[in-house]
Amino acid sequence: MKVTINEQEFDYQGDPSMPLLWFIRDELKMTGTKYSCGMALCGACTVHLDGEPTRSCQLPMAAIGDKAVTTIEGLSSDGSHPVQQAWREHNVPQCGYCQSGQMMQAASLVDKKQPVSDEDIENHMAGNICRCGTYPRIRAAVKSAAEAVAIKVIK
Amino acid sequence: MTDSTISQSRRAFLKRTATASGFTLGLALLPATRGQAMFANAPSAESFAPSVFIEFAEDGNVIITCHRSEMGQQVRTSIPQIIMEELGADWQHVTINQATGDAKYGDQNTDGSRSVRRNFQRLREAGATAALMLCTAAAKGWKVDPYECVTDNHFVVHKPSGRKVAFADLISVAATLPLPKPTDLKLKSRDNWTQIGKAVPSVDLTAMTTGTAVYGQDIVMDNMCYAVIQRPPVLFSKVKSSNQAEIKKMPGVIDVIDMPAASAPALFNPLGGIAVLASNTWLAWQACNALKTEWESSENAAYNSEEYQQALLDEAAKPGEVMRKLGDFDKATSEAAKVIDASYYAPHLAQAPMEPPAATAVVTADSAEIWACVQSPQTTRQQVAGALKMPLENVTINVTLLGGGFGRKAKPDFAVEAALLAKAVGRPVKVVWRREDDIKHGYYHSVSGQRLSATIDDNSKITGWYHKTVFPPIASTFNPAANKPTDGELDLGHMDTPFDVPNLQLERGEAKAHVRIGWMRSVANVYHAFAKESFVAEVADQLKVDHRDFLLSLIGPDRHIDFAASNAKYGNYGDDLNDYPVDTARLKKVITEVTDMADWDNREQQGRFLGLAAHRSFLSYSAAVIEVKLNSRGEWTIPKAYIAIDAGTVVNPDHVKAQCEGGLIYGISCAIGQITALNGEITQSNFHNYLVARMPQTPVSIDVEIIQSEALPGGVGEPPTPPAAPALANALYAATGQRFRNLPIPLNIKTA
Repeated sequence: MKVTINEQEFDYQGDPSMPLLWFIRDELKMTGTKYSCGMALCGACTVHLDGEPTRSCQLPMAAIGDKAVTTIEGLSSDGSHPVQQAWREHNVPQCGYCQSGQMMQAASLVDKKQPVSDEDIENHMAGNICRCGTYPRIRAAVKSAAEAVAIKVIK
Repeated sequence: MTDSTISQSRRAFLKRTATASGFTLGLALLPATRGQAMFANAPSAESFAPSVFIEFAEDGNVIITCHRSEMGQQVRTSIPQIIMEELGADWQHVTINQATGDAKYGDQNTDGSRSVRRNFQRLREAGATAALMLCTAAAKGWKVDPYECVTDNHFVVHKPSGRKVAFADLISVAATLPLPKPTDLKLKSRDNWTQIGKAVPSVDLTAMTTGTAVYGQDIVMDNMCYAVIQRPPVLFSKVKSSNQAEIKKMPGVIDVIDMPAASAPALFNPLGGIAVLASNTWLAWQACNALKTEWESSENAAYNSEEYQQALLDEAAKPGEVMRKLGDFDKATSEAAKVIDASYYAPHLAQAPMEPPAATAVVTADSAEIWACVQSPQTTRQQVAGALKMPLENVTINVTLLGGGFGRKAKPDFAVEAALLAKAVGRPVKVVWRREDDIKHGYYHSVSGQRLSATIDDNSKITGWYHKTVFPPIASTFNPAANKPTDGELDLGHMDTPFDVPNLQLERGEAKAHVRIGWMRSVANVYHAFAKESFVAEVADQLKVDHRDFLLSLIGPDRHIDFAASNAKYGNYGDDLNDYPVDTARLKKVITEVTDMADWDNREQQGRFLGLAAHRSFLSYSAAVIEVKLNSRGEWTIPKAYIAIDAGTVVNPDHVKAQCEGGLIYGISCAIGQITALNGEITQSNFHNYLVARMPQTPVSIDVEIIQSEALPGGVGEPPTPPAAPALANALYAATGQRFRNLPIPLNIKTA
């Protein structure tokens, strides 16, 4: 089967039930997408499937079809996505391990180019666990990123 | 200055200063290959390396080696920051190298919140040594006194004349100079510091926001197999039989290998079981799931948490072994107008770092190299060398970034597993722990039962304080006979009870371990602070006095706790009580600070439900106020939290702030999670049944106050955690009238 990841097409011949996470990590050796729970409970493996946040640890290769996959490596070519910029501005990461998933989850909210409330952020981010406890900074960074996008839209 | 004038002056300068002709710095450039850059470590024999922490390349670029493990505390920024203070280098020309496990660096065990305090002086001296050598090299050229020179922004500047020369032009000369004596060094005075105390951004920020940071789980090697291990469901049970011959035939499976069976003491040894090696993680995992194994019984199969909880509380209720005593508590009890008594229980917890343990090993006939997310690379080196029966020098431990550690990754059993398997199959092996492995086969934070008692006279004055603590000790992991809290654990929030009472009695009791017990962020402080600070609030409530006022009066006058007066020894986290006294003034200061921040006095008229707790740990003082709100379904949320910390001298205030935020949230997780056992098997397996705080259970915002202090640096990574659980329990009591003495606290509180 053919899968498109970060605008590049790949051919996959293995077990169709294998979750996308392991194709990305073990076959393509792109390790920005993280494994943490394997049960779609923590969000560390979040990628975009046609722009929608998706837990790659529970997404079988066979279920991707012609949808485009984006990983943290494809979110921007140079770390310039508003979410990535906001993450640096707020010094969000501690250990950093969950942050690829956090940023992918946040980007799907920010990319909708709508103003976000505290409640929107909490609802949208509740599935992503951070054991270092960077949640207050994540809240602030998502807000900044959404504002930055909104200002761009107005201009 | 234009480029040509720089090069002209450089030539002129070198001409004047060159002593040994043709001396060049052959430092190998750091390889650009991902993953390798942070491991390139071997210093070239010809490079200028004035200490094990600092090395100059020929072009003047500096490589600073961080010998402690990065697990979120930003030690890869704070360690260089301390060196940079004296070195006077430009961050633009600094690369951070991660040390391998090697005794030459001194202690590398990244736990106990001691990376800064134990290295503060020696790292400043390392920076000053390099700076003095560069100044001496420049002074030779200028024929001036080296002490008239300073380093600044990658230049040596001659202060009287304003002349300056780049570090790059001094390397070849500096490399020939003898190391100055420590007494030759003149460290900067505090008022001249420009790095220490500054919020320098984390050096790994770009990598962490672009997915390029490399963790233990991320190591990739040619010809590598992926290993997943089925470990015994009950500690020390052994394989009786399995279908491994069948498993070996499954697609992608490279080998199925019996791990050596484990027995007491657990130490840092692998747990045994059966390893499945395959061509990717998924295939190894599937094959491991297909293993049908029968296990022999183990005495630990008798472990049932429900019964054990009752046994702990029963033991806590009996008179125990007195560890610290002042006055006569029994007499105070018999003479008391009132005695208040309460028992507390806190379950086992798993550290559950976001990155489950992982290690990759390459083993040849006479060498081994490991890449792993370990907090303690020297211990890892010893364990791997021992397991492979190899000299220590033949074993290299490369430390990746740690996707959280919290104490779990200070136990390198997983690295030993990788080493044994790589030796068995003769090719690189990455051992991947699944979340289920991490939750079910941990080194658990201990389970505890405690009883506290306070005696009160006719004037509502506290005359006596009693605290008995019972938990299976960490020592049981190293000695199966150990069944009492050790001094080291009692020193964490029990022995150092700071209350000003005439009759004080602190006791311990017995409890046998049935799982591996290990340290977790803040260790015994977590449950000791929970019981102590909950009980203080309970007593205040019964006496109908303000909790803060009561806590301050219970701590009493400004003083240093005199342990000798109560015939007690106090370990004080391995540091001298003269350097780091138990200072009640500092403890009270964080309490008044945090309650002022929270507008404590007006909480009732504002209709806010606040809970307070304070605790000294790891030589620092922290106090927290948590505000809770309950919705109509009984779910609590935390609209706001406040924390004040006095950690003495602070290297990076933004990182301290981040640790206060994150440490407090980790403490909230400690209040809602639990690990239980049924017939010796851990009941929980993943984040659906092992609860950790998610965004909705955490403060919408946290105000952090760092007390300005010139005291010696204290710990930072752990002290913010202990006040969280009691502050939450106290806030929930204020909101609902329900007192949570047994953890975990439910997320949903049924109100009457």
